[in-house]
Amino acid sequence: MRDFYGVTLDSPLMLGTAQYPSPAVMAAAFRASGASVATVSLRRETGGGQAFWQMIKGLGVHVLPNTAGCYSAREAITTARMAREVFETNWIKLEVIGHADTLQPDPFGTLEAAETLSAEGFEVFPYMTEDQVLAQRLVDAGCRVLMPWGAPIGSGLGLNNRYGLRTLRAAFPDIPMVVDAGIGLPSHAADAIEMGFDAVLLNTAVAQASDPVAMAEGFGLAVRGGALAQRAGPMAPRDMAVPSTPVIGKAWL
Amino acid sequence: MRIEVNGDMHEVTGATLADALDQLGWGKAKVATALNGEFVPASARAEQVLRDGDRLEVLAPMQGG
Repeated sequence: MRDFYGVTLDSPLMLGTAQYPSPAVMAAAFRASGASVATVSLRRETGGGQAFWQMIKGLGVHVLPNTAGCYSAREAITTARMAREVFETNWIKLEVIGHADTLQPDPFGTLEAAETLSAEGFEVFPYMTEDQVLAQRLVDAGCRVLMPWGAPIGSGLGLNNRYGLRTLRAAFPDIPMVVDAGIGLPSHAADAIEMGFDAVLLNTAVAQASDPVAMAEGFGLAVRGGALAQRAGPMAPRDMAVPSTPVIGKAWL
Repeated sequence: MRIEVNGDMHEVTGATLADALDQLGWGKAKVATALNGEFVPASARAEQVLRDGDRLEVLAPMQGG
């Protein structure tokens, strides 16, 4: 598995920590999924932050702070600086949102923030669309990981533009890539990994399932299957049928 | 002096950001601070002088996706 800024992950599953029925269910979901990364945020301290941080540390996974909810490069940069101090990591999931309905990333603000943060030594995981030109600009800005969306955050629609994702994957063979957002089912996650993506990041699909722990286990198994399939070299699809049972030796009846 | 802390007005007596955090009960908490929209590192809080009407954000780890 490719490394993310020098860190090799045990599992290609990155899991969010929000929207679970309880902290205990969240912890159980992490254990069941085998996820290697937990995404977290920074919000105004209202009393729960300290206990939450202890719980996250107890999961024993890598922590990826986000800049969720930021609508400008300036906000995202300040949030990233604050996150680096609190979470003691250079990793930052850079989100600069451009539209309130689709939560589509603002490519211009994302690039601006990525340039500043990379120059300050941050290891940026930019949440982006599958746009190849933007991808190149982000790589030029210093990003060594890209995080194209599958579909809008929280939509569960899966891989909305498989063509775009496939060509993006092919265009940057040496850049680790995570499909982030829009994944609703384990089959979506397996699909992304089979396509050659190095990881998937999801939250709502597990946290809002009727049984989050069972769904988490399902995702863990799916990404494992996808990774095995990707390494094994899938067959090429074709339009016409080809018999799998030998024709030679068939009885003349 | 009165400053805005996480959106609410507070009366603080100390002169610095470190004093204000102590007074607000966050002296030893795992929090990050921003004053008037700019990040203030923990190492700079003791020198950061506050002024009436300043806008302070005190952020802590929270659930996120």
